[in-house]
Amino acid sequence: MNVDSIKNGIVIDHITAGKSMEVYTYLNLEEICGSVAIIKNVTSRKMGKKDIIKIDAKLDIDLDVLGYIDPDATINIIKDGNIVEKKHLALPEIIKGVIKCKNPRCISICEQELEHIFKLTDKENRIYRCFYCESKKSD
Amino acid sequence: MKHLINILDLSTDDIKELILIANDIIENPEKYALKCAGKKLATLFFEPSTRTRLSFEAAMLELGGSVIGFSEAQSSSAAKGESIADTTKTVNCYADIIAMRHPKEGAPTVAALNSQIPVINAGDGGHNHPTQTLADLLTIYREKKQFSGLTIGLCGDLKFGRTVHSLISAMSRYSDNKFVLISPDELKLPSYIKKDILNQNNLQYHETSDLQSVISDLDILYMTRVQRERFFNEADYIRLKDSYILTPDKLTHAKQDMCIMHPLPRVNEISVSIDDDPRACYFKQVLNGKYMRMALILKLLGVI
Repeated sequence: MNVDSIKNGIVIDHITAGKSMEVYTYLNLEEICGSVAIIKNVTSRKMGKKDIIKIDAKLDIDLDVLGYIDPDATINIIKDGNIVEKKHLALPEIIKGVIKCKNPRCISICEQELEHIFKLTDKENRIYRCFYCESKKSD
Repeated sequence: MKHLINILDLSTDDIKELILIANDIIENPEKYALKCAGKKLATLFFEPSTRTRLSFEAAMLELGGSVIGFSEAQSSSAAKGESIADTTKTVNCYADIIAMRHPKEGAPTVAALNSQIPVINAGDGGHNHPTQTLADLLTIYREKKQFSGLTIGLCGDLKFGRTVHSLISAMSRYSDNKFVLISPDELKLPSYIKKDILNQNNLQYHETSDLQSVISDLDILYMTRVQRERFFNEADYIRLKDSYILTPDKLTHAKQDMCIMHPLPRVNEISVSIDDDPRACYFKQVLNGKYMRMALILKLLGVI
């Protein structure tokens, strides 16, 4: 399958197979003007299968959000058809305004303008807890 | 240390220092009678409490300070929909230190983020109640003279009991303590506490539903109330509320120096006939709570 190379934009590579739609949603890619290609189940030597997203537009990616969804993904910044920068991600220590606490007793549920904040409390098991009530992030 | 939201905000050295101050207050109260003269404590209690609010107020008054505040959400601007942030910023204009109780978990954290003056968490839902833990720690220290090598029985509602969770967190930082967790199946200690605190610190613990079978091993028996307000379902509360009741006959095989503790209020889980037993420490806990709150106020206001 061929997808055109992009001239100026971003390639999110090494996305865990099956997670590209989640990345697309969290990064609000439906709202950008340029074209976006989602390529699923690409054969990868390193990962077996992977997903790739190509974005043909200049865009400031929220690396914390992406690191939270898929810390193994990599970001290639493309300028004039060449990779000018490669970024590796990590699990962010703090995530703000991305996920919501589901504990009905948490103050963040009833205080309308309070930003939802989660802290990484267990890196090995990728566990985030609500900054306010310390409930574990649940799916 | 600017605020106290979680007992783990305090290092073991901080706790040692607070205990030394509290002991000195007990021995030399006159030395502290005017330490907070001209200072105001705001007690912001968004849900009812007798003991904790009165304890904070008595603590500040005995330090020569004064107290302002409210004792239920209905008599505050929260009833008009004011946010915690706005209430806190307003109170910052009137007081030098805040003690906040709120039914929602994390509310004092929000207050601390919006406060230039110290905020003390006086209980946030089923989450944290660090000053109760300070009262418990002073009681243990005064009764047992140490924080290590103790077998601590925790009995009753271990699922929703925030005092139990905080006490386990606090005591897990000292060596050679063993925990005996006594509860019905429905009110067992949450697995995340077992995993994150007990297992992570390699602490020994044993779970049982039979108080009688373990009472002779215990140095401390910490009883708790099955709290109506923590249940969504009234039927579950009624079914479990009388699960564990401590009566004199159950103490027959207990150690002579076992320390019986309870965060109070009790409903019926400790028979009043135990109150005169020298092992009953729950009213001492109340008094110790006041002394630890005095020590904490002094420390947070930087007047010691």
